[in-house]
Amino acid sequence: MLNIVNKSPLDRGSLDSCLQAAEGGAILLIEDGVYGATKGSAGEAKLKAAGGKFKLYALGADAEARGIADRMMDGVTLVDYTGFVDLVAEYKTCQSWL
Amino acid sequence: MTIKKFMFVNRKAPYGTVYALESLEVVLIAAAFEQDVSLAFLDDGVYQLKKGHSTKGIEMKAFEKTYGALDDYDVNKLYVDQESLAARGLTTDDLCVPVEVMSRAALGKLIEDQDVVLSF
Repeated sequence: MLNIVNKSPLDRGSLDSCLQAAEGGAILLIEDGVYGATKGSAGEAKLKAAGGKFKLYALGADAEARGIADRMMDGVTLVDYTGFVDLVAEYKTCQSWL
Repeated sequence: MTIKKFMFVNRKAPYGTVYALESLEVVLIAAAFEQDVSLAFLDDGVYQLKKGHSTKGIEMKAFEKTYGALDDYDVNKLYVDQESLAARGLTTDDLCVPVEVMSRAALGKLIEDQDVVLSF
């Protein structure tokens, strides 16, 4: 399953819910969700703790807008809007953790 | 005109919601009325000051430059919560404008000392 998270992990519990409930697959961070994968942040620790359970992606345009594209933790692939569509097509189902 | 102490408390990340931009609009209005304006940044609000915003990809107006222009309006009291920076892996080197970093408790005292508090 493709899990989409669009909220900052220090503002809302969306990333926590996703990491606790989702079985695996991929996590795509978009909008304020991209803060979750910044180096040295609380979100990074949570994503690392989830180990290799998920493939990690973040929307490049959202990371660039927030000035953090060069601060992404290791193991996160930045995708563009086409890559976003490809991910939605690749996975059978999609859950947005709004 | 009576000059009052206005504090703008910013707690939201930029772009994901409209709070940050709206706060700036009201800050400029208060400054135009020559009020004693301060800005506090805590929680995800500290992300507003992260330098290097490039918003072409999301087709939104980047307002990073507005923070740099605040000094032209004699708005130069910007306070940032140390704990909020640390939790996000940020230091003052990552910020686009000079700020005064302080503890959450000190920030609370500062907010208490205001005539008007506006929350964003």
